[in-house]
Amino acid sequence: MITQLFNILIFPGFLFLAVFGLAAEYFDRKLYARLQNRVGPPWFQPLADFLKLVSKEDIIPAQANPRMFKMMPILAVTATVTASFYIPLWSQQPLFSFNGDVIVVLYLLTLPTQAFFLGGWFSTSLYSGIGAVRSLTQLFAYEVPLFTSILAAALLADTWSLREMSVFYAAHPHYWPINLLGFGVALVTLLGKLEKVPFDIPEAETEIVAGTFTEYSGRLLAFFRLGIDMESVVASALLAAVFLPFGLGLASGAGFILFIIKVIFIIGLLSIMRTLFARLRIDQMMIFCWKFLAPLAFLQLLVNLVLKGTLIR
Amino acid sequence: MHKVTIPIGPQHPALKEPESFLVTLSGEKIMKFSARLGYNHRGIEKACEERTYIQDVYLTERICGICSHAHSTCFVQAVEEIAGLDVPKRAVYIRTLVAELERIHSHLLWLGVAGHEVGFDTLLMYTWRDRELVMDILAALTGNRVNYGINTIGGVRRDILPEHTAQIRRAIDTLEERTQYYIKIASEEVTLIKRLSGVGVLSPEDAVKLGAVGPTGRASGVDRDVRRDDPYAAYAELDFNVITDKHCDVYGRTVVRLGELMECYKMIRQILKKMPEGPITVKAPRRIPAGEATSRYEAPRGEDMHYVKSNGTDKPERVKVRAPTLANIQTVAKMLEDRQLADLPIVIAAIDPCFSCTDRLTVIREAGKRSKKVMRWEELHSYSVDWYKKRGVDFSGLNKRLEKII
Repeated sequence: MITQLFNILIFPGFLFLAVFGLAAEYFDRKLYARLQNRVGPPWFQPLADFLKLVSKEDIIPAQANPRMFKMMPILAVTATVTASFYIPLWSQQPLFSFNGDVIVVLYLLTLPTQAFFLGGWFSTSLYSGIGAVRSLTQLFAYEVPLFTSILAAALLADTWSLREMSVFYAAHPHYWPINLLGFGVALVTLLGKLEKVPFDIPEAETEIVAGTFTEYSGRLLAFFRLGIDMESVVASALLAAVFLPFGLGLASGAGFILFIIKVIFIIGLLSIMRTLFARLRIDQMMIFCWKFLAPLAFLQLLVNLVLKGTLIR
Repeated sequence: MHKVTIPIGPQHPALKEPESFLVTLSGEKIMKFSARLGYNHRGIEKACEERTYIQDVYLTERICGICSHAHSTCFVQAVEEIAGLDVPKRAVYIRTLVAELERIHSHLLWLGVAGHEVGFDTLLMYTWRDRELVMDILAALTGNRVNYGINTIGGVRRDILPEHTAQIRRAIDTLEERTQYYIKIASEEVTLIKRLSGVGVLSPEDAVKLGAVGPTGRASGVDRDVRRDDPYAAYAELDFNVITDKHCDVYGRTVVRLGELMECYKMIRQILKKMPEGPITVKAPRRIPAGEATSRYEAPRGEDMHYVKSNGTDKPERVKVRAPTLANIQTVAKMLEDRQLADLPIVIAAIDPCFSCTDRLTVIREAGKRSKKVMRWEELHSYSVDWYKKRGVDFSGLNKRLEKII
């Protein structure tokens, strides 16, 4: 009981994810700044931002539904933490595991987006409303390629459990590069999931102020932002577990460092991508996802099906 | 579909100045667009009438924070025409040099803002870094980064030293290389092209009909440039091309501005080469003889126009300023027809608007009544006194003390 509570609240649960999330945000912001020829923030900036927001007043719009408005940031954070329990982080053994958990993790990782939608919707502001609708519209575009690419990797391993997948790829260490196409697709969709350029359409500052978060302030905004930071870490960890499943059998210290390196590598790739592009329009984003990403993900699925039938038995 | 009307402004992160746009949306599509200016009226024309000509040079310089030299030169040219002054050649060349340096800084600034409006912040950071080069030159030449204070009636106030020439040449070489890089980005970067091309289309006919000026007009194929059509300063002696484009959209406006940057570098090299020796100013009379003059100037945003009427005293009787944004703002509603909300910031930004330069008149409409009421200065003053009195603030004691001091 005590161990489980420790696991959920402190390590590798909430507190660890929060600290790692803030560190990842720092890495992302610093790299983004250096790529743009700027100095960038000091290392404690994300923490300072968080503490500042926590100490500020919460303002809830008079017409908003206070219960829903307050619940959404917490929902985003808890869903993300829960998702992390099923992902093999630095060993083959995640905290919890059952056959079918890959679906649960993907589902839990869509919950923050649902929270953005509901939070925006229930703040009853026009900007928030438009941002909320946009984040939901975007969800329909990137979710299919993301699911398909991750399920393609699961198909190759012939299991619906993330733990079994890592066991399979540890037993067949030369198979993971087959999924590199899916990795690329999943990386791009991750930009949409985390609402980063070029898919930061739901919070396009120059059009709709801050989208969903326009009316949020104080602690609630702090937890929304923390939720996004944690989501970026957990989603990167999921991608690392599915697409870069090597070195999971290492000793705990070395394995832990390898895990951190993998996540930071993925976050670095995301930063580089958001440096390179301009924000797309929502219609262009839909076209891009359905015309290019979805077919590529299905191609990966097809390749894995064929390989499954011929090479790997 | 359910229609919503969202306010963009008067306070909005997309806008650097207060102005109000009301957009009626059906989903993401813009159904109706209306613009309202007038949040930044500063009474500059009236203020000009109450100051001497020399003071007005500095006042007109502050009409715009970006094309400050454009307004002061335009004003000075009108006054010099009334007074019949023969401005020395060297002064005219220095004015042209500062004007072209200002165009470089303004266009680089625009490129960054355009990048920011479409969410391409990297472009913003790069262009604004490079813009520092030209800002440094302007600071070295004139002592200031924005309001240069180099013009005076009858010439310029500071001469150009040989070490400046070398510094300018070096910076221009770097900037030319950088601009070529941006031209490459604009022609290759897919997401940027997707966001710019086909957006904010203004047909050549509409551009003429709505009176678009500057890069906005030239990107729609309207081949007009005051520098060539009605040369002022030293432009008659310089060899340059007027850049036009047939895209008629925001992408075309980007291409025109980038092309103009390349022309600027060419012109600056010519100016440095041809710069004549001699005095930089002639003595101007304090009282300008009665008369009137209109002066035109190709500011970075388009044609700027000043009208000055003098009555023989040391203060002008009337000064009228028509900033380029006033000519271009009408085109925005046309450009936004059937576009999406996401295109709104970049379409507005593409005319490179400068709203505080444009605001000239305040019209107060009483709520409920349809009639327009124009207030005179005294009425406006008593209105404000009453407004504060109603809210428990009384300035009358303060006013009396102020009157005593004056």
